[in-house]
Amino acid sequence: MSAAEEVVTEAPAVEAVPKRAMTLGYGTSLVVLAALILTPLFVKNFIIFQMTMVLIYGLAVLALNILTGGSGQFSLGQSAFYAVGAYTSAILMEHANINYALTLPVAGIICFAFGFLFGQPALRLSGVYLALATFALATAMPQLLKLGYFEHWTGGVQGLVVTKPDAPFGLPLSQDMWLYYFTLAITIGIYIASVNLLRSRSGRAFMAIRDNEIAASAMGIDVSLYKTLAFGVSAGITGVAGGLGAIAVQFVAPDGYTITLAISLFLGMVVGGVGWLPGSIVGSAFIIFVPNMAESISKGLSGAVFGVLLFLVIFLVPHGARQVALVAQQLAAKLKKN
Amino acid sequence: MELFANQVLAGIATGAIYACMALAVVMIYQAIDHLNFAQGEMAMFSTFISWQLMQWGVPYWGSFVLTVGFSFVAGIAIERLLFKPLAKAPILTNVAGFIALYAIINSVAGLIWDFTIKQYPTPFGSSPFLGSQLISTHQAGMIGVTILLLILLFIFFRFTRMGLAMRAAASLPESARLVGINTSWMIALGWGMAAAIGSIAGMLIAPVVFLEPNMMLGVLIYGFAAAVLGGLTSPLGAVVGGFLVGVFENLVGTYIPGVGNELKLPIALALIVTVLVVKPAGLFGRPIVKRV
Repeated sequence: MSAAEEVVTEAPAVEAVPKRAMTLGYGTSLVVLAALILTPLFVKNFIIFQMTMVLIYGLAVLALNILTGGSGQFSLGQSAFYAVGAYTSAILMEHANINYALTLPVAGIICFAFGFLFGQPALRLSGVYLALATFALATAMPQLLKLGYFEHWTGGVQGLVVTKPDAPFGLPLSQDMWLYYFTLAITIGIYIASVNLLRSRSGRAFMAIRDNEIAASAMGIDVSLYKTLAFGVSAGITGVAGGLGAIAVQFVAPDGYTITLAISLFLGMVVGGVGWLPGSIVGSAFIIFVPNMAESISKGLSGAVFGVLLFLVIFLVPHGARQVALVAQQLAAKLKKN
Repeated sequence: MELFANQVLAGIATGAIYACMALAVVMIYQAIDHLNFAQGEMAMFSTFISWQLMQWGVPYWGSFVLTVGFSFVAGIAIERLLFKPLAKAPILTNVAGFIALYAIINSVAGLIWDFTIKQYPTPFGSSPFLGSQLISTHQAGMIGVTILLLILLFIFFRFTRMGLAMRAAASLPESARLVGINTSWMIALGWGMAAAIGSIAGMLIAPVVFLEPNMMLGVLIYGFAAAVLGGLTSPLGAVVGGFLVGVFENLVGTYIPGVGNELKLPIALALIVTVLVVKPAGLFGRPIVKRV
């Protein structure tokens, strides 16, 4: 190996996304919101359940988006945080009989702490190294959950069954529908908070680090604090999503949180467009409905379909749904002119 | 003492496989600065090919040679078709590409050969080696084949024109191009060799972990751990790291209570994180220096 090192300032690992391009316009947001509120009134319970899962995975993808699109760090280990959140909620509900809604903040806080701590060693890693460490975390997680030592709490390989909550105050809603609106409310809350976070001083710090770490530290940004903070926030939101997921699926088991989940979430982010927060929902719809369609063609094909589509996205629309939305917007503008 | 020697030797045997995987990972890392997350799946697929050939009646060594050849060509094809166009893309895109490849290969293998666990034959037999109870003939065979492979690779890189060209292309691509080396094809060649080495690792470990589409996940994580421990920039380091990790894994599993089979992956995780935090360049790697 030569002694001559000629590493100039590297190109950023993630392409920069302008701050304004990260969200939807006011009008579009309202339309999407109205659609999300009204659709469940007209569809079957199973579809409501699937829509709930879309929102839940949407939250997890959003969390990854804040980490990767916001602060430029990778994670192939989101399934680990999701699992911790899910188990926290499940254990609190089943062993301590705590109300399901109260377990979510706890799941969020525990995952925030977990992510913040994991972010400490991850600080020294960047790019592929970080992807590697989180990949190892995701593969190790199911084994940790199966551990005989915690079996009393986690139920070991068997996992835990979670009871589905009824609608409160005697509201005339089915369990599925109540859970959907409950999830929707939380999703909207977290979405607004995330948008505001990225527009705030901290968000600008994230993005400065993403675009050029050295320049960011020269401007007085505490790089290590904000990097671990991004990890913590991302893990916290993923934890809440995990808790909601446990309630919706009514079941937690180690094999539900394998590397496959982490890959799905990563894929959701790429499909939705890295750094484009509304894309999270698009991405999560993709990772929920596409495997179903693929399985209906041939069992066991979903992975291949995922992979092929991911390659198509990388080659044809590298900015994911954001790019599609932009093109649509330009077309609409053109039509208006004519 | 007997137990200790037994565990060390068994560790060296599995370490040989980790060394191969680490070597394959390092070869691609050297060529394109990315970690191949699909390395384990590529090896798994190759192993399935060799199994299929044997089902069709090809003798073991015949299928071994055919599989290595197939993997070499497939590795080159994957690089040419999928990753060459991504050479200038951001890291994120590349990671996504590897993940996509992982998902495709895993799923296709499951589709063709389904997810049931299959026996895989060993050409060495599993009787005690040289009459001693310490290791089996298969373990000795694993070590032997790996060492032979390493010697061949060493000769290739040290004494052939092609090997020299590949090393040049990896260390200083611009200068290599100026002296007339086709660096783009050197990268493809690196992919091919990595795939071939991986396929050997897969075929050697298959009798131990049994043949199924997810068989290489644990091996890959340990291969990564080995590569990181030895230093991602050093092929020699990858090999040494592989043997060290194999022995370490076995000793920890034997002597620390509560760490059985069920904690193997968390140990690899802990190892990776510890090395990356304490000595990111690994034992033999060169530290990355950045000029602003």
